[in-house]
Amino acid sequence: MKILVPVKRVIDYNVKVRVKPDQTGVDLANVKMSMNPFCEIAVEEAVRLKEKGVATEVVVVSIGPAQAQETIRTALAMGADRGVLIQTDVDVEPLEVAKLLKAVVAEEAPQIVLMGKQAIDGDNNAVGQMLSALLDWPQATYASKIEIDGAKAKVTREVDGGLQTLELDLPAVITADLRLNEPRYASLPNIMKAKKKPIDAKAAADYGVALGGHLKVLKVTEPPKRTAGVKVENAAELVAKLKTEAGVI
Amino acid sequence: MAVLVVADHDNTSLKDNTHKTVTAAKALSGDIDILVAGQGVDGVAAEAAKIEGVRKVLVAESPELGKQIAEAQADAVLALAGGYDAILIPATGVGKNFAPRVAAKLDVAPISEIIEVVSNDTFVRPIYAGNALETIQSSDAKKVITVRATAFKAAGEGGSAAIEKVGAGAGAPKTHFVSEEIVKSDRPELAAAKIVVSGGRAMGSAEEFQRVIEPLADKLGAAVGASRAAVDAGYAPNDYQVGQTGKVVAPQLYVAVGISGAIQHLAGMKDSKVIVAINKEADAPIFQVADYGLVADYKTAIPELMDALTAVGK
Ligand SMILES: Cc1cc2nc3c(=O)[nH]c(=O)nc-3n(C[C@H](O)[C@H](O)[C@H](O)COP(=O)(O)OP(=O)(O)OC[C@H]3O[C@@H](n4cnc5c(N)ncnc54)[C@H](O)[C@@H]3O)c2cc1C
Ligand SMILES: Cc1cc2nc3c(=O)[nH]c(=O)nc-3n(C[C@H](O)[C@H](O)[C@H](O)COP(=O)(O)OP(=O)(O)OC[C@H]3O[C@@H](n4cnc5c(N)ncnc54)[C@H](O)[C@@H]3O)c2cc1C
Repeated sequence: MKILVPVKRVIDYNVKVRVKPDQTGVDLANVKMSMNPFCEIAVEEAVRLKEKGVATEVVVVSIGPAQAQETIRTALAMGADRGVLIQTDVDVEPLEVAKLLKAVVAEEAPQIVLMGKQAIDGDNNAVGQMLSALLDWPQATYASKIEIDGAKAKVTREVDGGLQTLELDLPAVITADLRLNEPRYASLPNIMKAKKKPIDAKAAADYGVALGGHLKVLKVTEPPKRTAGVKVENAAELVAKLKTEAGVI
Repeated sequence: MAVLVVADHDNTSLKDNTHKTVTAAKALSGDIDILVAGQGVDGVAAEAAKIEGVRKVLVAESPELGKQIAEAQADAVLALAGGYDAILIPATGVGKNFAPRVAAKLDVAPISEIIEVVSNDTFVRPIYAGNALETIQSSDAKKVITVRATAFKAAGEGGSAAIEKVGAGAGAPKTHFVSEEIVKSDRPELAAAKIVVSGGRAMGSAEEFQRVIEPLADKLGAAVGASRAAVDAGYAPNDYQVGQTGKVVAPQLYVAVGISGAIQHLAGMKDSKVIVAINKEADAPIFQVADYGLVADYKTAIPELMDALTAVGK
């Protein structure tokens, strides 16, 4: 069974983003970029399924600028087998990402598309659900446990209020939540090996998908800032302030 | 212009998120219908009909809708989509699970977690864990939007909309419900609570979390939240997580105990009216957003706080 893992290159989660003074976006110059943490979890899960003998091949795909190749290399160093880079310098909307991924699915014919629930830059939490709808495949989002049994996947999901378990007929789309696993660090030998693994270079036009369609960003601004308040000496003073000054208890 | 609001509910009761989403809908149009999709939802539909300014309440029922299976929910909405210019869905775990499906099937771009309606086609939404706000304009004729409920006031009651049954759609033939573990609690719900008490990694164990955080929450009539670190370590269940990738809350009072204040946590609570932080490190980042900071070991501070609350009649 083949697993396809879409991975996105985003600002590293430790970086405090800065809005550009001209309000056109956030400053990406000279900031550390990494694989989206949820995509990392998806790669880890796919590689574990391969190590268990459930999957035979793990293919990663990224849509983005030339540097997204580094993100693919990271996945290859974690244990994925090969990569596909759909190179574009335009900002791609979730709908377009989903359409491109649908085209890659047609070419690669995976049994499972395993991906992140959300990218920490756009925070859309959309692509997996959209891909599943476009393919008419079943979906299980926010996975915290995945078991594959022949032609079925049993997935435990983190939902409002607790956990839900679904069984999906494969092929299917599954999106990873935080507690699915803890991604490994790639070892030096594996990083070296990853350099020799193949990456196919593609363009959006190869898949007949037009980019830059439905949404226009008018501006990107800073949210209102919260300022630090006061330090209180003890619990009694805190309660007094909450009662009389803030009026919240 | 007509707007369809999809109700947030648990088959038994209607959630406040619905009232707030109706307020967002009112910024777009006066013709607002509500879809209640579930199983055995007569009571929910009756509550929805009372929301001020609603034209009618549509009810779709099936076992799959009762289990909130995304494929079925999207189908139920799609069956009605032809009659609306915008579809507004509360940005809960459930809503975010099916809204993008609706958008994909309609070939439009979903607009996620809006916090402001600027005009009929322009909206503000947080990106990068709320560290930037994006104003976006959609050129799609039909809009599929999820709404961050905490950013809108709840619509009032006093309406008496007509209730109509509609078809449930094709369902979810390839997705099978197996089981669920839903934590039942008498405490207020995290997303809607007026007061939230959250514990962090400092708790050190599930027992300590229960011993320290829960009694304080009960004393304040508060919901309980947690940082990711506390959830990952098993001190608190997953649905307690507050943050960029957990729940977003904006209560009147948020009390953070032993939480450092990472940007991913702040993303979920920094719109709270009043923030209290109790942390033993004076330079913990949480103090940069706290209205009232108490630099202290929680082990002594929380018992003192309990006593001080008792002293004022709590
Ligand atoms: C006008 C405009 C301006 C934009 N500006 C920026 C910007 O400044 N910076 C920026 O980073 N983005 C920008 N974007 C892109 C946009 O915010 C999202 O990156 C894109 O729409 C996907 O949404 P998401 O990342 O939130 O996806 P989500 O739905 O949150 O992602 C879920 C999962 O989908 C998969 N996925 C998503 N995107 C890709 C991808 N490209 N390749 C492979 N897999 C993927 C991953 O598995 C990911 O975990 C812009 C888009 C538009 C239309
Ligand atoms: C992709 C991604 C998504 C994430 N999403 C979220 C999210 O949604 N929500 C979230 O919360 N985090 C999220 N995180 C994690 C986040 O980055 C932090 O790691 C996490 O919030 C830290 O939790 P904490 O504050 O409980 O723990 P720590 O950072 O370890 O802080 C513990 C604090 O307790 C204090 N302390 C210790 N002992 C005592 C004592 N006896 N008395 C008083 N104070 C004490 C310490 O001074 C310290 O400040 C995410 C991370 C990533 C990478």
